Amino acid sequence: MNKSFGFRGIHPEDYKHLTNKKAIENTDVPNVVYIPTIQHIGAPPKIVVNVGQIVEEGQLIAEADGFISANVHSSIPGKVIAIEERYIITGKKSPVIVIELNGEFKKTGRNIILDDWHSMSKEALLKKIKDYGIVGLGGATFPTHVKLTIPQGKKVDTLIINGAECEPFLTCDHRLMIEKSEELLEGINILNKILDVKNIFIGIEANKKDAIKRLKILTHNKYPFKVVSLKTKYPQGDEKQLIKAITGRIVPVDKLPMDVGVVVQNVSTVIAIKEAIVNDKPLIDRVITVSGSGIKEPKNLKVKIGTLIKDVIEECSGFKKEVKKVIVGGPMMGFTQMNLDSPITKGCSGILVWTENEYQDFLANSICINCGKCISSCAFGLMPTLINKFIRNKLYEKALDYGIMFCKECGACAYSCPAKIPLVQTFRMGKDIIRKLILNKK
Amino acid sequence: MDNKIEIKKLIISSSPHLLNTDSTKSIMWTVSIFLMPACIFGIYVFGLYAGLVVLVSIISSILAEIISQLARKKKITIDDGSAFLTGLLLGMNMPPSVPLYIPIISSIFAIVIVKQAFGGLGQNWANPAIAGRVFALVAWSKQMTTWQTPFVADSLTTATPLLALKSALLERGGNVNIGPIQLLQSLPSDFLRTETTYLKLFFGYKGGCIGEISIFLLLLAALYLIIRKIITLEIPLSYIGTVAIIAWVFDGTRFGLGFFNGDPLFHILTGGLVLGAFFMATDMVTTPITVKGRIIFGIGCGIITMLIRMFGGLPEGVSLSILFMNMLTPAIDRFIKIKPLGFYPKKE
Repeated sequence: MNKSFGFRGIHPEDYKHLTNKKAIENTDVPNVVYIPTIQHIGAPPKIVVNVGQIVEEGQLIAEADGFISANVHSSIPGKVIAIEERYIITGKKSPVIVIELNGEFKKTGRNIILDDWHSMSKEALLKKIKDYGIVGLGGATFPTHVKLTIPQGKKVDTLIINGAECEPFLTCDHRLMIEKSEELLEGINILNKILDVKNIFIGIEANKKDAIKRLKILTHNKYPFKVVSLKTKYPQGDEKQLIKAITGRIVPVDKLPMDVGVVVQNVSTVIAIKEAIVNDKPLIDRVITVSGSGIKEPKNLKVKIGTLIKDVIEECSGFKKEVKKVIVGGPMMGFTQMNLDSPITKGCSGILVWTENEYQDFLANSICINCGKCISSCAFGLMPTLINKFIRNKLYEKALDYGIMFCKECGACAYSCPAKIPLVQTFRMGKDIIRKLILNKK
Repeated sequence: MDNKIEIKKLIISSSPHLLNTDSTKSIMWTVSIFLMPACIFGIYVFGLYAGLVVLVSIISSILAEIISQLARKKKITIDDGSAFLTGLLLGMNMPPSVPLYIPIISSIFAIVIVKQAFGGLGQNWANPAIAGRVFALVAWSKQMTTWQTPFVADSLTTATPLLALKSALLERGGNVNIGPIQLLQSLPSDFLRTETTYLKLFFGYKGGCIGEISIFLLLLAALYLIIRKIITLEIPLSYIGTVAIIAWVFDGTRFGLGFFNGDPLFHILTGGLVLGAFFMATDMVTTPITVKGRIIFGIGCGIITMLIRMFGGLPEGVSLSILFMNMLTPAIDRFIKIKPLGFYPKKE
């Protein structure tokens, strides 16, 4: 029986067949990388290098500023040729450290193995995760050490490894689970040492049968991990939905997963943790999926942080036909790009190139026909149609009352809307206004 | 090389970038197309004049939509199929031999007064087709309750099963001690000109409105629309379920059979219940947006339908019940709220 979070949610076509059989490939090392300092949620880090300075691969170039912040490392050896402002994939601007390739790789291609981690203390492990700039690679980019630091008085008894990958098109976590299963399991052991939990689950959507099978075989009689097959349904991979599907626990709206005794980590993140602890490698590269009908060769690629989108697209032999949209991330929550000059950051899970095959537009002045499909698709139990009407009519107090701030912008409502109303866009706008007008005053 | 030309054209938009292929337009046209078999069956049974009634009703709906949108200086949106669907449903809800001015005036009433005067698609307070039919029923009650015998070209009048039942019960003063099917079978053949069995009722060999008679074809169409998720099951199930339960528990008393002896199947197979429950009470605009609200809507429709069928002066209550519940919909939507996931009311 496949587990699921409930009756709501949507079933979009997953398009994963484009890349789910393709092994992860390494990309050519770019001559110049553009590493943004803002790649995570939290305080922007402080730049600790100067223009002209020679850096090594994996050297710290921006240091976390405070607890909820993350270190940034150079992904190639070379010389800092500029520090400039640049648009990043989210459409915002960030300071970017530009490094020109020069010198010798000390991490990539070297087989460093430090197997003394078993003797390391919990604190030392956590410190290394923090030092090596690990953030959540599922897309939220929340600093991992914060999630793993359990405050006094709270007890965590369950660890969930998120391999749901519910966004259509994306297959990077899927490929990692197949190609790096041993690394994944070792990473889970490291996490278990830090958290010391009773139950460990690996949640995978049922459309990744080969990954489920492989992990079941590997864990059988060897590890106490339970591999859970989840119903293929969006947004199954959302933290709170995943916890509900696997443990039945419901995270209160204003609380964190650890308040119900659960920590969730994404598959890519766990492998990054393993590489940091065992292979002594900071987070300087990640696996992304390049897909969509506009790309000549859809691929799963291991990319250095700071590689430009256009270089990645070049790696996949370029565009096939007239391109309508380039999206970084998944099709449900990703960001459209205005050009191909933004660098890949830690949070990028994919680049999607869309032609008119996939492209569909919202309708500007469309009328709600009250069908209620948005309500039956909202896994968070909101009433998008009403919230949309409240925001449009400037009834912000009412929108707040109907729970607009609990919206995760997963996009299920807008996907299911037959009138093609840009619901998520309205909610983002509404949340911004409400934060400014109402919440800040209180 | 060619990358540079294309970069200029990249579209920026808010997520999500993947949208469902169903649109308002596709939903309206799909429902219209799947209503066709039942409608064509009605024309086959009652003759080409019935087809003319449906056609006139569709054309006048579309013309009314065009004219009122011109008058309101709005974009003409007849391509979204909603005016077509209203006309089709209204035509299907007309008796087969009705004079043509009735569907024309009712269509105009439905589109202009009920729909466009309140702001067009999405703003109407009642299902236009239902409101149009009720309007006609009140304005021309004689013509709207004159029924044609199936397969008889010379338009011999007959009664619908529900009408025949009501008058037979009135005549014999209740306590007949037999169920509705047997009672109808015992009637003289010049009163109800068709033989009444469950099968004949199911396949549509009976008097009634053009589109309501073939329960079989309507259910087939509904099945497809349910699989396509265009119709949700909450309203049809709660509506028909309520009718069946009330019929089973109470309707026996009308025949002197006592409680728990009614005939729910007879009530489901007669009148416009199946057409109404699956195709008119499920109109998205005028029904509640939540599952709970829809179930309340369906139960309300069921209760009112059975009250009218059992105690009312009219033989049939489907359209009136839906119209009444349409009016209650805003109130239902106001009071039925969904609790966000993980939301607990704060203790004070």
